[in-house]
Amino acid sequence: MKVAVLSGKGGTGKTMLSVNLAAASGPSTYVDCDVEEPNGHLFFKPDESSEETVSVLVPRADRNECDGCMACVRFCRYHALAYSLDRLTVFDDMCHSCGGCAEICPRKAITEHPREVGVVRTGRSGDVSVYTGTMNVGEAAGLPVIRRLLEMTALSYDENIFIDCPPGSSCSVMECIKDADFCVLVAEPTIFGAHNLEMVSELVRVFGRPYGVVLNKVIENERDPSEEYCLDNGLPILGRIPFDIGLGRICSEAGIASRENVVFERMFREIYEKMTEMVSR
Amino acid sequence: MKIIVPVEGASGISEISGSLGRAPYYLFYDTEVGVATYLENPVADSPSGAGVGAAQTITDAGADVLLTLRCGDRAYEVLREAGIKVFLAPSGDAGSGIEAYLQGRLSELTDFHEGHHHGAV
Amino acid sequence: MKQLLILSGKGGTGKTTVASAMIRMSEAPACADCDVDAPNLHLVLGYGEDAERKDYFGLPKARIDKDLCTMCGICSDKCRFGAIDMGDRAEVNPYACEGCGLCKAMCPSDAIEMLPSVAGDLMLYSDTERGIFSTARLRMGNGTTGLLVTEVKKQMKKAAGNAPFAIIDGSPGIGCPVIASITGVHTVLVVAEPSLSGISDMERVLDTADRLGPRTAVCVNRSDTNPAMTERIRSLCSGRGVPYLGEIPYDPKAVDAVNRGLTLADVECPAGEAVRTIFGKIVKLMEGGEGV
Repeated sequence: MKVAVLSGKGGTGKTMLSVNLAAASGPSTYVDCDVEEPNGHLFFKPDESSEETVSVLVPRADRNECDGCMACVRFCRYHALAYSLDRLTVFDDMCHSCGGCAEICPRKAITEHPREVGVVRTGRSGDVSVYTGTMNVGEAAGLPVIRRLLEMTALSYDENIFIDCPPGSSCSVMECIKDADFCVLVAEPTIFGAHNLEMVSELVRVFGRPYGVVLNKVIENERDPSEEYCLDNGLPILGRIPFDIGLGRICSEAGIASRENVVFERMFREIYEKMTEMVSR
Repeated sequence: MKIIVPVEGASGISEISGSLGRAPYYLFYDTEVGVATYLENPVADSPSGAGVGAAQTITDAGADVLLTLRCGDRAYEVLREAGIKVFLAPSGDAGSGIEAYLQGRLSELTDFHEGHHHGAV
Repeated sequence: MKQLLILSGKGGTGKTTVASAMIRMSEAPACADCDVDAPNLHLVLGYGEDAERKDYFGLPKARIDKDLCTMCGICSDKCRFGAIDMGDRAEVNPYACEGCGLCKAMCPSDAIEMLPSVAGDLMLYSDTERGIFSTARLRMGNGTTGLLVTEVKKQMKKAAGNAPFAIIDGSPGIGCPVIASITGVHTVLVVAEPSLSGISDMERVLDTADRLGPRTAVCVNRSDTNPAMTERIRSLCSGRGVPYLGEIPYDPKAVDAVNRGLTLADVECPAGEAVRTIFGKIVKLMEGGEGV
């Protein structure tokens, strides 16, 4: 089962939940797709056995072949190309690597070359295979790193794959959920949490994925706007994680609660079982 | 000499635009003929890379000098490559800006802001 | 206009809670929410539906005319984004299409058009006594957030005229929208969280800001939930030469206030007091230097 864990806003406990689900569900793969701010590895502290750089293709023109027709400059909607005097200038970080300029150049003067944008590290922590994608500081978009991570983990033999998504509901989140069997939405008990839960549940419904909500940082007998949203709109609730000083402390030190404490292990295990039950239905 | 200025409108006394890439028009003034014409900016609404697109338009127009309030580092790279000089314009109408330049009262722009992917200008 | 931008790196550190409190206590003449992926500032500032609304167009999307299409499959082969499915008929997945236009250029039967596509909504509240508030929301599945962030700031600046001061709530992460939000601001205040994850993210966002040149400062939210980590942030800041402006304690009253649609400036509570002190320091810091 491939599970995508997401939330509209950051800091709702997405990483905490994905890490603990992976640790509590037997041999599994954990994929950190929050490539701008990857934190799962801080929890797992995997023995990182391999590292692979992620590159995208960017164009270069052969000055001897280029006759300055500027077909490529007119083609590029990202304005990553400019031509002045007798030279083509390429702005690498504005390029989307569509390959169009090389394709349409009448003199075939453009070739594409790799440019490094990030790195994927893999390692193990207990019975969990940990994949971490990190986008280089200063890059604009993490999508190429996310695509590489998903390609690599698509081949995983583990029964369960947990994808820790980036926050929001942008195209990079879509990339993460499009092949998932189940989506877990994590929400915190604030009006912000409820508002962002609404946005992200819209997204999973577009993709028609089965999904459920985990309410995090729940305080007994206090108002929970996210829970109200679930009840009013018929969103299935998978579980409630209490606001707990002990759990908070373990997480802030990047510890894995389900490995440190049987009570927490049982709690995450129950959430996992509820998901499997929903998927098999 | 051909002078180009990003402007907000295409007639009369137009205000110099605060953005090089997203100005709706460019005022093109040829000192030898003494006539001003307006070029539409084809990339004004582009979600990506308007500065570079604008620099390409200015280069293709055959300008010698650009008067502007701001210029991104990438647009400047294109302009420099084409041998176009970039001067810091005073805010206000384009006519006064050109006059100030012709009287030698403007200095070359030295501060180029960082533009970037997906549209900051 | 001197702009103060609130960032966090990691999400959920309390960025919006801090920003909204500072907006209220300073009576900022202009403010903006640049977290276009998950905008929340309007909820706590009490803005409703009465905004002036504008469509935000992202990159165009391809559309295939099925009457002209001969199902040759060239577009699908050439598309690097895997955006064209060849099923019963060739169809563009608008969520995957990045608008490059290669399919249109390659199509031998001229069956493909590039059509403008609305990627988000820009909203401006300007007829209130409170000042200008500019915000936006990206429609789901879109990626061109940098320009939308720039538009939010531009719209605010234009509407606010000569306002001397503005407070901007940023987005999490360090990518395109964050870079766009930093461009042109005077000071970035990072609201950090005392956890290993929070520290790692704070450093990445400070690295990002350093490349772009504004002043930076740091404060810690929910500092008492892990005093040792808070101390680590303080010493990291002193090592980097970044002003450390203080700590905001965990405060159940703060959560309660936000859920009632109030800012920390509207209620008496320890967290609100702490934000007030930090804000005083930020003002001093911003007055100390030259304007933007």
